Amino acid sequence: MSNYIQGATGDWEIVIGLEVHAQVISQSKLFSGAATAFGSEPNTQVSLVDSAMPGMLPVINGECVRQAVRTGLALGATINLYSVFDRKNYFYADLPQGYQISQFKHPIVGEGDVVIDLDNEQSKVVGIERIHLEQDAGKSMHDQHPTMTYVDLNRSGVALMEIVSKPDMRSAEEAGAYLRKLRTIVRYIGSCDGNMEQGSMRADVNVSVRRPGEELGTRCEIKNVNSIRFVQQSIDYEARRQVDILEDGGQIDQETRLFDANSGVTRSMRSKEEAHDYRYFPDPDLLPLQLDQAFVDAQKESLPELPDAKKARFIKDLGITAYNASVLVAEQVSAAYFEDMLADLAKRTGKAEKDVATAASNWITGELFGALNKLGQSITDSPIAAGQAAELLALQLDGTISGRIAKDVFEIMLESGKGAEEIVEEKGLKQVSDTGAIEGFIDQVMTENAAKVEEYRGGKDKLFGFFVGQVMKKTQGKANPKVVNEMLKEKLDA
Amino acid sequence: MSVDKNTVAKIAHLARIKVPDASLEPLVGELNNILDFVEQLNEVNTDNVAPMTSVVAATMVLRDDDITAGDCRDEVLANAPAAEHGFFAVPKVIE
Amino acid sequence: MTELTALTLAEARDGLVAGDFSARELTQSYVTAMETATELNAYIVDTPEQAFSMADAADARLKDGTAKAMTGIPLAIKDLFCTRDVHSCSASHILNGFQPQYESTVTQNLWDDGAVMLGKVNMDEFAMGSSNETSYYGPVRNPWKASGSEKELVPGGSSGGSSAAVAAEIAVAATGTDTGGSIRQPAAFTGTVGLKPTYGRCSRWGIIAFASSLDQAGPITRTVRDAAIMLESMASFDPKDTTSVDCPVPNYEAALTGDIRGLKVGIPKEYHADGVPEDIEKIWKQGIEWLKDAGAEVVDISLPHTKYALPTYYIVAPAEASSNLARYDGVKYGLRVTGESLDDMYALTRAEGFGDEVKRRILIGTYVLSAGYYDAYYLKAQKVRSLIARDFANAYEKVDVILTPTAPSAAFALGEKSSDPLEMYLNDIFTVPASLAGLPGISVPAGLSQDGLPLGLQLIGRAFDEETVLKVGGVLESAAQFSAKPAKWWGAK
Repeated sequence: MSNYIQGATGDWEIVIGLEVHAQVISQSKLFSGAATAFGSEPNTQVSLVDSAMPGMLPVINGECVRQAVRTGLALGATINLYSVFDRKNYFYADLPQGYQISQFKHPIVGEGDVVIDLDNEQSKVVGIERIHLEQDAGKSMHDQHPTMTYVDLNRSGVALMEIVSKPDMRSAEEAGAYLRKLRTIVRYIGSCDGNMEQGSMRADVNVSVRRPGEELGTRCEIKNVNSIRFVQQSIDYEARRQVDILEDGGQIDQETRLFDANSGVTRSMRSKEEAHDYRYFPDPDLLPLQLDQAFVDAQKESLPELPDAKKARFIKDLGITAYNASVLVAEQVSAAYFEDMLADLAKRTGKAEKDVATAASNWITGELFGALNKLGQSITDSPIAAGQAAELLALQLDGTISGRIAKDVFEIMLESGKGAEEIVEEKGLKQVSDTGAIEGFIDQVMTENAAKVEEYRGGKDKLFGFFVGQVMKKTQGKANPKVVNEMLKEKLDA
Repeated sequence: MSVDKNTVAKIAHLARIKVPDASLEPLVGELNNILDFVEQLNEVNTDNVAPMTSVVAATMVLRDDDITAGDCRDEVLANAPAAEHGFFAVPKVIE
Repeated sequence: MTELTALTLAEARDGLVAGDFSARELTQSYVTAMETATELNAYIVDTPEQAFSMADAADARLKDGTAKAMTGIPLAIKDLFCTRDVHSCSASHILNGFQPQYESTVTQNLWDDGAVMLGKVNMDEFAMGSSNETSYYGPVRNPWKASGSEKELVPGGSSGGSSAAVAAEIAVAATGTDTGGSIRQPAAFTGTVGLKPTYGRCSRWGIIAFASSLDQAGPITRTVRDAAIMLESMASFDPKDTTSVDCPVPNYEAALTGDIRGLKVGIPKEYHADGVPEDIEKIWKQGIEWLKDAGAEVVDISLPHTKYALPTYYIVAPAEASSNLARYDGVKYGLRVTGESLDDMYALTRAEGFGDEVKRRILIGTYVLSAGYYDAYYLKAQKVRSLIARDFANAYEKVDVILTPTAPSAAFALGEKSSDPLEMYLNDIFTVPASLAGLPGISVPAGLSQDGLPLGLQLIGRAFDEETVLKVGGVLESAAQFSAKPAKWWGAK
């Protein structure tokens, strides 16, 4: 399979690298004690440091350092025990200091990698170049006043991790898979909430095209794209734009572009294009950041089981399908739900976890996700707790209720909030496996349909299903279908 | 190395300081005098010398993640040349 | 009774404790003296109301026994220190009208100990200058004049308002800041004592930044003892300043034992610079003799990279300044000159708000950090800076303290050097090396020039060894018996 773009003059390969800005989960800002919560009144979460009052000095927040290290470890990256904060100098209304404190030459995290999951069970490794810590800027609002721009510094100084990938992606699909995987990982370890709508994860997308196997082409950087879908759309548009230019004999200008979500196109940001010269130099208000290995080791200890490891374990130890495993580990809550349900289910049925794992995983990915989807809810606020789900599935697995009845019970659970056993008891839904009772129903059906019995016996096998249906109808679906099948066959063939 | 009028104009723009054309030429001279003076450093062999990164030999202490500041909008805006509705106000920016 | 304004800090303290006079009386005598000294232009803003209320609070503490050494001592505060609700503009037009909503750690420490603020004193704009002529508020006049001359002289800089105020006895003492010599050189020019502590000894929080890796607050006082008392109050570890060092503040006054027997004093040969007047060489030799007489051992040393300190400084300091001063953009405080666009507003505001010297340094700093030049200038300078620090480290394996002149000349005339930036920069030739290495240095008045102007000697110590610097300074002071005072030519009208 190839991701090449077919141009008029032949194939083109897209080369994509992503710079993801992920907001670190912390109470206070990277270099000040002001709060980071989203959506407060303008300039209420601003300290004298954030507003760059004369003589104010930055003091680093240890939690932000810790989370950057954990993120690096979760991406299998090198942790640099020595790193340096630099000033990136430029003027802008929402940059009160006139510089952003960032890390340029010596970032806190070095090279690592991310395994991305593609369609048809393929996976691919995308390299991480580095992660550095930096300050977010404030927010400029241009549409509040006819001649003025309003500036809110609440975001100013909030900690961001800039996670820079290598140019290892070759399609919009891969970029999407990379972002999803990154989001899953930061959410697992709790270093970022991954919420792109609120801007706590944003991506700068570097796109270039080349003839397969040739040197890298000139790239364009699409700034600040805030959803996975937009990232993918912007890549497809931008790659096509570049191919069109090249095929017309033109050349690509290295530039910064903006994605317009309404029109789905990228356009040049000429205003940002003037010769940028950030004049990086080590921030003399800070000291080099020196970590000891024991600190890093402790952070490694603190990491939960990560999605790739979890998936592998689910497949190997529990024998569930790769598809189910992928779906379950995509969110830590789903995986936790599965594991809770599985433990409970094994206890209730007296079986080993691996013997009931497939049933549980099928039930979650099928029944539960289907229902949540209909309700427009996520698993976080699932109305059915893992224990309740185990109770239901246990009834099905031990033969107390049939699979069809189980679906009905699940519906009732969703509506009433009652437990599965209670519902089965109340409504008398227990499966009938008593051969005497079933035999009675079979006899009734055979008597009422004597003609059909004759036809069947004359060789019309297809009628077997009809008899099963009739018997089930008489038992209101409660008869154990396996028993019905066996007995019916015996009697008809007699 | 020395600067010319164009370079001075460029760095004045980077530094966001308006310099009238007439003042560029004298500045070229002044800045070049200073640059000539600092050029002496080229005499010093600095092979294998690490640049100074901090004056004090101390490691950076990490602050606890507590909310200890903010919620002081009046103080933040007290000296602002223009503030409206709790925002700083600046001439409109066209992106 | 002697005039209260003639008392040293230590004498005033003792008088207050003994009840010879009240803090209010002491403050009153200064407020009166200040009124007659306006032509020195030392103060930018007087704060008499605050001074009296602080003095009254000090009197209460003196009564109830909670007084500290600084309680009731009237001080002049350099305009670079942010003082709550009081003009704090770094003597720059760009901070026009700025009144911070906060108090710098150093001044807060002083107020906590009961000191009294008389007002904010003049300085070179953003501390960039060696003569106090770059102030938006006009130059400060040195209380000293050369014998037989009416020529007005500079008080040194950048803490020129501080040094002039102390020399003219319109403050008991003053806070200063030193980036490349801004405490020591003006002290030398005015016959006062100026102490720059080790980088990291005093918090920089709330001090308007010039060059962050060099700026350090310290006292300008009448005597070495006064400097010891005042530094103890100013110094503290401050968690709000990452570069402040968590190291106990000793009782500096106790270090003034006068006993320097066996102490090794280094004399760096590189400080015999060309063109330094004979007066200076002579006073230096004299200083060496005094210390020998007191039992110190004098050792010739070499600080081979001394020559490169000034060029290093004139890369590092402007580079840091160009970034530190980027925040003055007309958005959050101070001056705004309206423009058609945001960029216009920045460029017009900064053109009008900054003076020529500040602009020059911002431009140099911007240039040396810009793409393609960083390695050749900034990185190179930081490497040479390492070598300069290494020179001192090597020297301190052999000696305990280093003796040099403070400045290459006595106070010069207003306007004499202001047309040539480079010539002005050369004033800091003896003070800059210790600044680059972050070491403590003191300037002690050691005698008069042939023209009757004060000359200072500088002692440079090991990091965080202000005690030795003060102890040796005390010995120099005693030996020099410097008691000259400027003839009072101001306030006659």
